[in-house]
Amino acid sequence: MVADKTLTTGTSNKSKSERELLTIFIGGQQFGVPILQVQDVLGEQTVTRVPLAQAEVAGTLNLRGRIVTAINVRKCLGMPEITDKTVKQMSVVVEHNKELFSLIIDKVGDVLNPQEDKFDHNIATLDPLWREVSLGVYRLEGSLLVVLDVPKLLDMINTQ
Amino acid sequence: MDELVEEFITETNEGLEELDLDLVKLEQDPNDKDLLGKIFRLIHTIKGTCGFLSLPRLEKVAHHGENVLGRFRDGDLAVTPEYVSLIFESLDRIKFIVGEIESTGSEPGGDDSELIAKLDAAFLSGTEEAPEEPPVEVVEEPVIEAIEEETEEGTIGMATEAELEAAFAAAEAKSPEELRAELDGKKGDAPAAQAAPAASSAPKPAESADMEDDAEEHSTQSQGKSVSDQTLRVSVDVLENLMTMVSELVLTRNQLLQILRTQTDSEFTTPLQRLNQIVSELQEGVMKTRMQPIGKAWAKLPRIIRDLSIELNKKIDLKMIGQDTELDRQVLELIKDPLTHMVRNSGDHGIEKPKDRVAVGKPETGTITLNAFHEGGHIIIRISDDGKGLSTEMIKKKAIENGLATAEELEEMPVPQIQQFIFKAGFSTAEKVTSVSGRGVGMDVVRTNIEKIGGSIDLTSVEGKGSAFTIKIPLTLAIVSALIVESVEERFAIPQLAVRELVMASEHGENKVEVINGAPVFRLRDKLLPLVPLGELLQLRKAETPKNISDIKAHIQEALAQQTTSADDAKATEDNGTDDLYKDNVVSLDTATAANENTYIVVTQVGNYEFGIIVDRVFDTEEIVVKPVSGILRNIDLFSGNTILGDGSVIMILDPNGIARQTGELEVADNLGAKEKETAEKDQRGEKISLLLFKTGDSTPKAVPLSLVARLENIKSTDIERSGGQMMVQYRDKLMPLVPFDQNIQMKEEGEMPVLVFADKDKSLGLIVGEIVDIMEEYIDVQLSGTQAGLMGSAIIDGKATDVVDVMHFLDGGNGSWFKDHGDEPFGEDIASADGKRRVLLVDDSPFFRNMLTPLLNIAGYEVTTMDNAQEALQMCEKGSHFDVIVSDIEMPDMDGFAFAEALRANPAWTDTPLVALSSHATPQDINRGLEVGFDKYVAKFDRDTLLNTLSQTLSKTKQGGE
Repeated sequence: MVADKTLTTGTSNKSKSERELLTIFIGGQQFGVPILQVQDVLGEQTVTRVPLAQAEVAGTLNLRGRIVTAINVRKCLGMPEITDKTVKQMSVVVEHNKELFSLIIDKVGDVLNPQEDKFDHNIATLDPLWREVSLGVYRLEGSLLVVLDVPKLLDMINTQ
Repeated sequence: MDELVEEFITETNEGLEELDLDLVKLEQDPNDKDLLGKIFRLIHTIKGTCGFLSLPRLEKVAHHGENVLGRFRDGDLAVTPEYVSLIFESLDRIKFIVGEIESTGSEPGGDDSELIAKLDAAFLSGTEEAPEEPPVEVVEEPVIEAIEEETEEGTIGMATEAELEAAFAAAEAKSPEELRAELDGKKGDAPAAQAAPAASSAPKPAESADMEDDAEEHSTQSQGKSVSDQTLRVSVDVLENLMTMVSELVLTRNQLLQILRTQTDSEFTTPLQRLNQIVSELQEGVMKTRMQPIGKAWAKLPRIIRDLSIELNKKIDLKMIGQDTELDRQVLELIKDPLTHMVRNSGDHGIEKPKDRVAVGKPETGTITLNAFHEGGHIIIRISDDGKGLSTEMIKKKAIENGLATAEELEEMPVPQIQQFIFKAGFSTAEKVTSVSGRGVGMDVVRTNIEKIGGSIDLTSVEGKGSAFTIKIPLTLAIVSALIVESVEERFAIPQLAVRELVMASEHGENKVEVINGAPVFRLRDKLLPLVPLGELLQLRKAETPKNISDIKAHIQEALAQQTTSADDAKATEDNGTDDLYKDNVVSLDTATAANENTYIVVTQVGNYEFGIIVDRVFDTEEIVVKPVSGILRNIDLFSGNTILGDGSVIMILDPNGIARQTGELEVADNLGAKEKETAEKDQRGEKISLLLFKTGDSTPKAVPLSLVARLENIKSTDIERSGGQMMVQYRDKLMPLVPFDQNIQMKEEGEMPVLVFADKDKSLGLIVGEIVDIMEEYIDVQLSGTQAGLMGSAIIDGKATDVVDVMHFLDGGNGSWFKDHGDEPFGEDIASADGKRRVLLVDDSPFFRNMLTPLLNIAGYEVTTMDNAQEALQMCEKGSHFDVIVSDIEMPDMDGFAFAEALRANPAWTDTPLVALSSHATPQDINRGLEVGFDKYVAKFDRDTLLNTLSQTLSKTKQGGE
């Protein structure tokens, strides 16, 4: 997690790939996940519900023989559920504490390599929940990109 | 950390762990050569590796420890208990240092000089020559190590011991390089004669011994090495990963084959068939990596038997069949100890002494046979001996001694059942404790360990002929057979081991699910099986759903409270979300009830607790690979893991233990007797009593404790006479006053009226009611309300609000003082005190019972004082109130009846007052306890007649005693 922080806030001596972000969209908002954390991008998956689990846990799915816990990122961020069943969602698979998690999001965008000087630390007026799980904001042309602190997001579910 | 250091730590820890098991044995037998040798070797290895890895502190401790151990092992220093402690201390120190290295990566600072001094003192003690050794050794050490190096490289394989000694002798003046060159050059043609004199002159005897030791040590090591060259240490993770990939490959292959089946004449047919075959072989191969031959667990046994036969003067032959039978490494580790224990048992208890054997016409040498083989996905291990078998008489005696059964019970029992007693805790039939067995850690531990890995143990024994134990264990723990079931459109796996049987229950058939106060049960043959609806347990439907919703809503409210901006927008959308969710749940609820026509009951057994899990559908059984659940789901203890099914979907594995825990059976143990259960039940639900339910004019049912009612009569309206405004009836040649329950009772002109008769001696009173409904045994919780005369309050009985009748009101209030005035004292003049009445103190926390018993006692001619708790009753007694008899409840909050009796008896003024205990469950244990603490009598709570008789008897007795 410490490494992740320096990764986005940090100094100029980082390699190109370390700064690269995979952009994802949830409810119209653009987010970025450090590309090195991303193991896989999946289309719509069959998710097995886990009864009695935390609301943020959408269920489990099989990723090439490994059992992956699917996380409902909308719920984590306090965003409304998608009620239209025909909408196909996507997943970004990340590894955390040696376990795989599949973050269910709306869709995946490009891989960006934003410039460091376009980076802002967290905005004070941001929802406290969002401030918890974001590392900062990039001012892109025409849009803003919130960098997700994935390990923090997953830890939050765990401690609930 | 350095990879080498890491490996060193792993190996050392393994060694230390193994020693841990044996160290206890060292204490019992300090001169166990085998063990001392084992410790020596471990420490020797540590010392050697330390020098290489530059861990000076550890090396120093190990070096000095090794010196002492060497002498123990060679037997020239006897191991006394002091030395045992010293060995323990050294090992602890080594453990500590290794632990520190493991966590910090470097040796901890610290001083071992005290320990080393002790070790040196031990080393030097006993012999005169000893002091000479250390300095010499220090000089020789580099040379010895040089030779050791050679040894490890394998060149020594060609050289004889004499050559080695010669080389050693010659080496004094030479550098290791020269030595190596010389050794290489010699290879066999070096004249032994030349070397011999040098050998004899140079090393002192002690050194040569030391040297030989080292050479021996290393030759065994190099042998070990050549074996280990062919094996590879692979971490389990790597294997697991490999297995996962193979499983996935199998799935993909299956998909391909599926596609192929739809296409005829495909050019892929042949390559796919080859792929199919290869994948199957690959799968088998990978599975094999986890398997090890059972012979590995048996390796120690011949030695144990040998030692045993020497120690016990017996002749024992150990036969091993099926060593190559393979099973999962994990399982192997777990059965090692139980197996060793059982073989020891057979040798110690089973096989007789040679002369005893000859006397009964058996060969002198007894045979223990170990046989392992596969049988239907299980490994069967059979340990049999041709010894004396289990002595039924001895087991019976022991069972009686341990209070496991009575002599009468044992008389009835078949022999196999008696033999099962040896699996009970603390059961050893060995007449005396030997160093081998009989220490109370017995077959119960063996059974527990085997059951822990899902196995079972059985025994057959014929007295005089021998015994055979059969252990059945699963091939592997990673793969289990599971029953796939469905509940509310979700599939779950239940481990087959816990499943006893499957029953289908239908709504309208003979096999239907019945409900007791919302708790579903099922009549399974001659037993009532408690049922757990899986859908509700997992909160997939019904009762729990609304709670879930409210939880979510609360959660959202919380989140909203935290929000500082755009709260309104969020709220609107959030509420939508909740509603939708609710809708979803409603839908699933409907489909669930629709599918409920036929339900399946999975009869599950956990320990001795049997219960049924209600599911909607049952699929078939599948072999599944158990995988641990993700960390964030580990808080749900209803699941023991998850797995991927053949079709690629993920499925949760239910944990029967967890379900048993969550559904009431808190402690699943076979010693949970009926009594405790009853108490637990009572604590939760209050008292269970029989009630007579009747109706009057209005719709609310009324209830009266059945124990107060003497008889139920139907009295003809025409028989009712009136006398002075009082209705009377001639009843059993006497006049019985009749009281209508209330004004709502319509006095019929014709026909019969139901009447409850309250009677005492030959006096009676009739209560006219509208209709008698039923008699029920129920737990009742009376909520008192004083709003209406004649009613004590109301309670929920059989799901309906019911008025509980205050009989007192009718007996003395409603009908004047008819009962009170009946003049003739029911139990004779001798019990009457000065004012004609005996004073009774009634202590009971339940207002219901106080109200029920007070009229009863009043009727019987006692003056009753009631107290609702023991403390206040005690205070009252201590203040000097006078009572002729005290009746106390046992189960009361804060201070129970036992404590009350004890406290009361401690006061000299109350030592002689009769004390009657009143309890709803009068078990022999309770009664005994009651008598111990000072109660004179113990009466069941609802036994009206016994209570009255007891009171009168107790009182007359004390009176006589007092006069």
